[in-house]
Amino acid sequence: MTELTSLSRRKFLKLGALGTLGAAGVAALAQPHASATESPPPPDAGVIDHEAHGGNLTVGDVDLTSPGAFDPLKYLAAFDYGRVSTLPGGQTLREWDIFAADKEIEVAPGVYFPAWVYGTEQSGAHVPGPTFRCAEGDRLRFNFLNAGAHPHTIHFHGIHPPSMDGLTPVLNRGERFTYEFEAKPFGLHLYHCHVPPLKRHIHKGLYGTFIIDPPGGRAPAREMVMMMNAFDTNFDGENEIYAVNTVAFHYAKHPIPIKVGELIRIYLVNITEFDPVNSFHLHSAMYRLYRTGTRLDHYEHTDMVTMGQGERHILEFTVEYPGRYMFHAHQSELAELGWLGMFHATE
Amino acid sequence: MDTTRSNISPSTESRFGLPVWVSALLPFVLLAALIAVFFNTNPLAVFSGELPPIESLALERIELRPGQFVVTVFNSGPEPVAVSQVMVDDAFWQHLISPSGALPRFGRATITIPYNWVESEPHVITVITETGATFIGEVAVAAETPRPDATQFLAYGLLGIYIGIIPVGLGLLWFPAMRRMGRKGLNFVLALTVGLLIFLLIDTALEAVEVAGDVAGVFQGLPVAVFAALIAWLGITAVSGKQPEAERDSSGGRMRIAALIALSIGLHNFGEGLVVGAAFALGEAALGSFLVIGFTLHNVTEGIGIAAPVTKDRPSIKSFIALAALAGLPAVVGAWVGGFAYSPLLATIFLGVGAGAIWQVIVEVGRLLLRDAERRGESAANWLNVAGLALGLAVMYFTAYFVKF
Repeated sequence: MTELTSLSRRKFLKLGALGTLGAAGVAALAQPHASATESPPPPDAGVIDHEAHGGNLTVGDVDLTSPGAFDPLKYLAAFDYGRVSTLPGGQTLREWDIFAADKEIEVAPGVYFPAWVYGTEQSGAHVPGPTFRCAEGDRLRFNFLNAGAHPHTIHFHGIHPPSMDGLTPVLNRGERFTYEFEAKPFGLHLYHCHVPPLKRHIHKGLYGTFIIDPPGGRAPAREMVMMMNAFDTNFDGENEIYAVNTVAFHYAKHPIPIKVGELIRIYLVNITEFDPVNSFHLHSAMYRLYRTGTRLDHYEHTDMVTMGQGERHILEFTVEYPGRYMFHAHQSELAELGWLGMFHATE
Repeated sequence: MDTTRSNISPSTESRFGLPVWVSALLPFVLLAALIAVFFNTNPLAVFSGELPPIESLALERIELRPGQFVVTVFNSGPEPVAVSQVMVDDAFWQHLISPSGALPRFGRATITIPYNWVESEPHVITVITETGATFIGEVAVAAETPRPDATQFLAYGLLGIYIGIIPVGLGLLWFPAMRRMGRKGLNFVLALTVGLLIFLLIDTALEAVEVAGDVAGVFQGLPVAVFAALIAWLGITAVSGKQPEAERDSSGGRMRIAALIALSIGLHNFGEGLVVGAAFALGEAALGSFLVIGFTLHNVTEGIGIAAPVTKDRPSIKSFIALAALAGLPAVVGAWVGGFAYSPLLATIFLGVGAGAIWQVIVEVGRLLLRDAERRGESAANWLNVAGLALGLAVMYFTAYFVKF
């Protein structure tokens, strides 16, 4: 494991020197995750907390403190707007330097996964990748460098010329390509690698959320991004770990603080590989479900939505009472394998 | 010619003039030096690449206690393994591990999982390591694991008595009837004994192969079973080889063969007791009393086999009791070991020993038949003997219907 980490680290540094990849981005990427030999997993070796969902939880916590560590709470609202400038015609131009790389990530306390990740200098490199955010009509430019060992691309959902759909060119290690198109239509989209074998390229972690705001924006709200994802840690074609935003049970152990009466908006994306569907159920409250987020006037009022891979919806709700609001996949198996979290509402 | 001979004759000096102890140590010194060089220069680094470490973890034993599982894990792989999380029936579950930290090679740890397991239903426990590899242990039918208290001890002892002592004793009761049979009748019974022993040999060997599959890879279950059989066979041969050939057909010689049969059947019954005891302990008691009575019926023939060589003689009641105990009591011990301290490795060794011992007895009893046929200038493979052997196989085969599922 040490070997793996250090080898990858060396590789990143070499590739950084190879291109114009931002030094800070490389530094963020090069931060090793704790590994067995360097710092062993939680030495407390287990906690039994009967209050916590009847024992159906992981033991310990993932590393949140070392530089470059992925913090699911911070990821929720980490929107990456890119470098903004104005084109001669008055159109807003947003530009990102995005790279793909190989990185070991912690998907449950003490469980490490050899992931493929997208990253930017601002957001760092992790799974899910940075959340790109823009407004409808903006000009978008993604300068992509493949710093991973395998060929990769970026395929964006939305409307754009087919030459920008991320099927070609397939970029080998060290190669670059710039995806450029106009942001439309407004709504909730996603991006992911589109190199076969797709199953492997997606479930290894090459995906992220892509939000196009409607003209004039949406009502002010407490916003958060949730990507329903999963990891096949033993590569047998079935997932061992499910979550929203990678870390199993993280929001169950660290409830997301919200306020009673405050408008909550969740950008919910399903990227789960191998399973036909995933779902989102909220306890003690109902949400307005805006399918794909492409209409502002049309929604459904529910507490349960089932989604295939690549489906995404915007959920808006407020809670009436203080307390803990559980949310989870309503396939019990997925919930019990890590896809379960909590909001903690206070007055 | 002479020089050649002197070269191979023992001498205290090698041809390089070194004392023998120096030349004997030299290879070890060189080996140690080579190992040191190997580890320091690591010439295999070129092969290692980005390979994840090879992990091998065995869930050796899963005990079911009220409201919890207690799992013993054993690292049989070449490198340390860190258990990161535990799942029960595809759900992550909180637990305690002792000792904590990565398990060294050959290290053991105990995982305690508070869990409301469901009586008489199956459960699967999955351990997920730091690298994301998973290792699985299955509970076939959930039932509380017996603790070695007095009641349990008696219950398992009774199990062994039903499997071992009762059927062997019942079988021995046929002795008076067997005595009235003529020479041919006796040969028929001996052939029948060979038949049932062949069945037991195959049954024991297959059982050994099956249990060997549960042994952690590093202990090489199958070779262990084969070696145990080989050593048991040769060991018993060496012991019986002390007896002069002339005494073999005497009354004492025949009693010795009977005792040998009893011993080897005892070893087989030990294995049987072990397997049944373990099955009960691992929750398969749900199979019920049918299994035990099945074994009783199945093993009655073993008594006939033990008595067969001594039908020409008049052994004392005491010798019969001793024979029954030799063949039957090991089942009691087996049931205790299987119930309270089951280990696949131990079971493999005992089943292997059982197979080797049975083979040796087949040879001995076969020799009795051959010698008798030789004396009369006949072939031992006459229709009566073949029919006896076939009947022995058939009886064992069909009574096995009670215990095989």
